[in-house]
Amino acid sequence: MENTNYAIETNNLSIHYGNFTAVKGVNMKVERQKITAIIGPSGCGKSTLLRAFNRMNDFVPSCHVTGELLLDNQNLYGKNVDPVEVRRKIGMVFQKPNPFPKSIYENIAWGARINGFKGKMDELVEQSLRSAALWDEVKDKLQQSAYALSGGQQQRLCIARTIAIQPEIILMDEPASALDPISTLRIEELMQELKKNYTILIVTHNMQQAARASDYTAMMMIDDQRAGGVIEFDDTKAIFTRPKDKRTEDYVTGRFG
Amino acid sequence: MKEEVIHLKSLEAQSFRHFDLKKKLRISESIIQGLLFFAGILSIFVTIAIVYELGKEAMLFFALPDVTFAKFFGTTKWQPGIGQYGIWALVSATLTTSTIAMLISLPLGLASAIYLSEYASPRLRSILKPILEILAGIPTVVYGYFALLFVTPILKSFLGEDLSVYNMLSAGLVMGIMILPLISSMSEDALSAVPRALREGAYAMGATKLETSLQVVLPAALSGIGAAVIIGISRAVGETMIVAVAAGAGPNFSFNPLEAAETMTGHIARISGGDLSYNSIDYNSLFAIALMLFLVTLVLNLISQWVVNKFREQYE
Repeated sequence: MENTNYAIETNNLSIHYGNFTAVKGVNMKVERQKITAIIGPSGCGKSTLLRAFNRMNDFVPSCHVTGELLLDNQNLYGKNVDPVEVRRKIGMVFQKPNPFPKSIYENIAWGARINGFKGKMDELVEQSLRSAALWDEVKDKLQQSAYALSGGQQQRLCIARTIAIQPEIILMDEPASALDPISTLRIEELMQELKKNYTILIVTHNMQQAARASDYTAMMMIDDQRAGGVIEFDDTKAIFTRPKDKRTEDYVTGRFG
Repeated sequence: MKEEVIHLKSLEAQSFRHFDLKKKLRISESIIQGLLFFAGILSIFVTIAIVYELGKEAMLFFALPDVTFAKFFGTTKWQPGIGQYGIWALVSATLTTSTIAMLISLPLGLASAIYLSEYASPRLRSILKPILEILAGIPTVVYGYFALLFVTPILKSFLGEDLSVYNMLSAGLVMGIMILPLISSMSEDALSAVPRALREGAYAMGATKLETSLQVVLPAALSGIGAAVIIGISRAVGETMIVAVAAGAGPNFSFNPLEAAETMTGHIARISGGDLSYNSIDYNSLFAIALMLFLVTLVLNLISQWVVNKFREQYE
């Protein structure tokens, strides 16, 4: 264990698209093996912020990031940092399930293989699927296409393939918003299991989900220049029961948003 | 707010006809449907008509007492005038030039498609793609003389006297260059159509750009790329001017690319160009060759389709 309780920290992190600042001055310390939710109204930069954590914004040509993102005291936006290695350490689950058009087995084995996994692949596949609470449903059809699975199963497969490369942090971008309530519940239960080993950062539109599933909550809001920022970051309980910021209170009580 | 609602209500009453659930005759719908059906049936009809005509005329050839299927498929000399009917003399050249063409156009076309779709900036792509497509607009007779007068001399400086003036290598290479933009452009469309979510999924696993392009995007685009390959093969097998100009003018059963040989298409073009009398054996033989050409294309299409179906990965 490292000497700090924080898996990842941001230090005055801002994200810009050309001249426009989309997210401004975020200071967050994300605790290890906890679930941290990012909530806020549409267009406040939640997903943009989340995607900054594993440098997915690198693919947007006009996007650049200022400030620091610290993983084990190393700035992930530093000069000699390889974004491919960053994404290996910080996995991501997307809003819409996006399994690869390969077999269920290959979906998990592929990521491990490209990351140089040399162990027993069958065991890794089984372990990952078990961790994602999917093994029992798919163990007899590992060679079938991942697209034969339901949406909820596909999303758990995406979680399984992320676990398979053993990241330190898992980012989830509204992982249940395309799923029905039962599948959503399963994903949330799964998150509780996963936080024993991983740090989870989740963006969600669903306030009940944030309240139910997360330990910490960051509330985001845009300012008058349309730049998003974290206006309050606290225990989830505190955010939902005694928010300090009036805007947070209005949002979590459903007065707007 | 309330006033607006009332206003809308009265507007509706004035300008919409009353509900009537009875079936209506919608003439424009029926006309359009008829036209679309006609367009669809026309291409089928033309195909059937061509096959019928080919078959009918080819049968006249096969009905000749001297011509047997055994000779046609079992021998390797083609000279109907003196009783030699071995189609392989022509098929060999078609297969050789087409294989060379595909060996050039498939890897290069795919590579340029991957570059354009996955690596090039949108700006660069918008410049490069039209330039590549200009290649497709050059008349094939120009390619033919390009092969004969430019490529063959260059090849000769490497290969020396082993290379005939007319040779399948040069014709095949240039044919490959001609087909390249077709494969590249169609494959690029197929690659670009792969959802961004798949690429993001791969990148988020710590995949490099190359791993993502080759192992996730390419397999997902394989059915579109397969279509490009099928059309490329058909173009290669059916291409006439390049091989007529540069490959040689005389049937020669050979798979040696350095030799001169005549393809099925080249032969048809040469024979039918002269003063060919109707109902002569040469005349009838052309239809047999054309039917064979049709079969070769069909078989190659079926094979590529089978290969694609075997390896493609479908995304929804």
